[in-house]
Amino acid sequence: MLEVSGVDVSHGRAQVLFGVDLSVPAGSLVCVMGRNGVGKTTLLDTVMGTLTPRAGSVVLDGEDITRLPTHLRVRRGMAYVPQGHAAFPQLTVWENLQVALEATTHRDRSAVDDSLDVFPALRSFLKRPAGFLSGGQRQQLAIARALITRPRLLLLDEPTEGVQPSVIDEIENAVERLHGEAGMTVLLVEQYLDFALRLADSFIVLDAGEVVHSGTSADLHDEGVRRMLSV
Amino acid sequence: MEALANQLPIGLSIAAVLLLIALGLTFTFGQMGVINMAHGEFIMAGAYTAYLLQGWAGEQSFLLALPVAFAVAGLLGLLLEWALIRRFYGRPLDTLLLTWGVSLILQQLARDLFGAPNVQATAPGWLTGGIDLMGVRMPYNRLFILGLAVVCVVGVWWYLAKSPQGRRMRAVVQDRELAAYSGIATGRVDRFTFLLGSGLAGVAGVALTLVGPVGPGLGTFYIVDAFLVVVAGGLGQLRGAVIAAVALGMLNSFLEFWSDASLAKVLVFVVVIAFLQVRPQGMFVLRGRSLV
Repeated sequence: MLEVSGVDVSHGRAQVLFGVDLSVPAGSLVCVMGRNGVGKTTLLDTVMGTLTPRAGSVVLDGEDITRLPTHLRVRRGMAYVPQGHAAFPQLTVWENLQVALEATTHRDRSAVDDSLDVFPALRSFLKRPAGFLSGGQRQQLAIARALITRPRLLLLDEPTEGVQPSVIDEIENAVERLHGEAGMTVLLVEQYLDFALRLADSFIVLDAGEVVHSGTSADLHDEGVRRMLSV
Repeated sequence: MEALANQLPIGLSIAAVLLLIALGLTFTFGQMGVINMAHGEFIMAGAYTAYLLQGWAGEQSFLLALPVAFAVAGLLGLLLEWALIRRFYGRPLDTLLLTWGVSLILQQLARDLFGAPNVQATAPGWLTGGIDLMGVRMPYNRLFILGLAVVCVVGVWWYLAKSPQGRRMRAVVQDRELAAYSGIATGRVDRFTFLLGSGLAGVAGVALTLVGPVGPGLGTFYIVDAFLVVVAGGLGQLRGAVIAAVALGMLNSFLEFWSDASLAKVLVFVVVIAFLQVRPQGMFVLRGRSLV
């Protein structure tokens, strides 16, 4: 479904990614792993079009989207939950979902209900500004917002980071259900090894902007791979 | 005492004009961070639009001038955003220089087209005269400006709070990247925000033809005060802009009454500077948990 080939990406003058390849087959869950600052978020930003690579290409379903604006990638079925519980702070929970719905082409109101069914706890906060939610609640909102577009490919950047333990379980279960039952293709950035081990069909390990290992989750039990991830 | 009371409608109508101008600025400056010095020239464009319409269609064209001026100034704003400003987001000082240049060009253009001397648009007959309210003479033209400002504020409030387009606009202002990730075409929203903010300046320009002459320097006269209103009210805050506009407008006209125009201006500046020392963030601040 998604093919990233040989992308070089820079932040200003500092090059962050060096010839990164990534393949996400339809229906799979692929995990990007690596220590802090190795370029995991940069890779997702490139896939979503926030950053444009200097070389290489991003292809979605056979279409080269390397230079496509972000909102058009969303219309083609991609959804992104960026790092850090991103929500529009002064919009209410309901408005956060509504604004995403109004930007879709399907405008299907049942998408709001379906998203809220994933995180029913959000229903009691619908009128509250998102800025007043806790980190975990905001992260649930962020995932619900991403689901409004009914994506085929969901990108999650460290969804459980900085979230209280009770909510971590809910988020993990939700991702598991979306992938397992609904068959959604997922590209996940995660440092939390157990979660990745349990869910990922395959993974890549980034170090200093390069892919140093790629394989199936069985390899993650390998001592050498574990060492690449240890801080 | 009666002369003092008669300052009331003057102060209120100045406040209303400031509010109309500041409404547009809350969009472009308060929400998008662009210091648009050419905003004043959109006022001028609105005023000249009213003047020209009057030349073609007589004084009954006044009401028609409001939407037409909105469209003219709005399209100028949209053009400015599309051609120049969108390349300068996140660089407020550069937008200041850039739009100041545009402002000078537009003023010169007005001089070339309409001549350097001021022209006068006559107010329609139904706006001459006034009524006495509790011993205060309220001229119709100033009451009309007041009403116009109220209608515009309510309209803008409704638009931002309730309409899908307004919701989208707030989303883009609060988090541009997240808005794009939510599928919003942020560039289009920016252009539309500029159209709206600039269009309101055009409406303010039409209102100004009721109380004074139209000249190439019309905008520069109001632009600094309007920026003061936005800063004192709290960036991007509608109710802050309303209160600050009324406070500054009244202060200005009463100080003018007791001293003279230039001293009043100085005193207003002093008051605003003192206020911002105490509350640098303006009257109202956006608050949210763990968010700056």
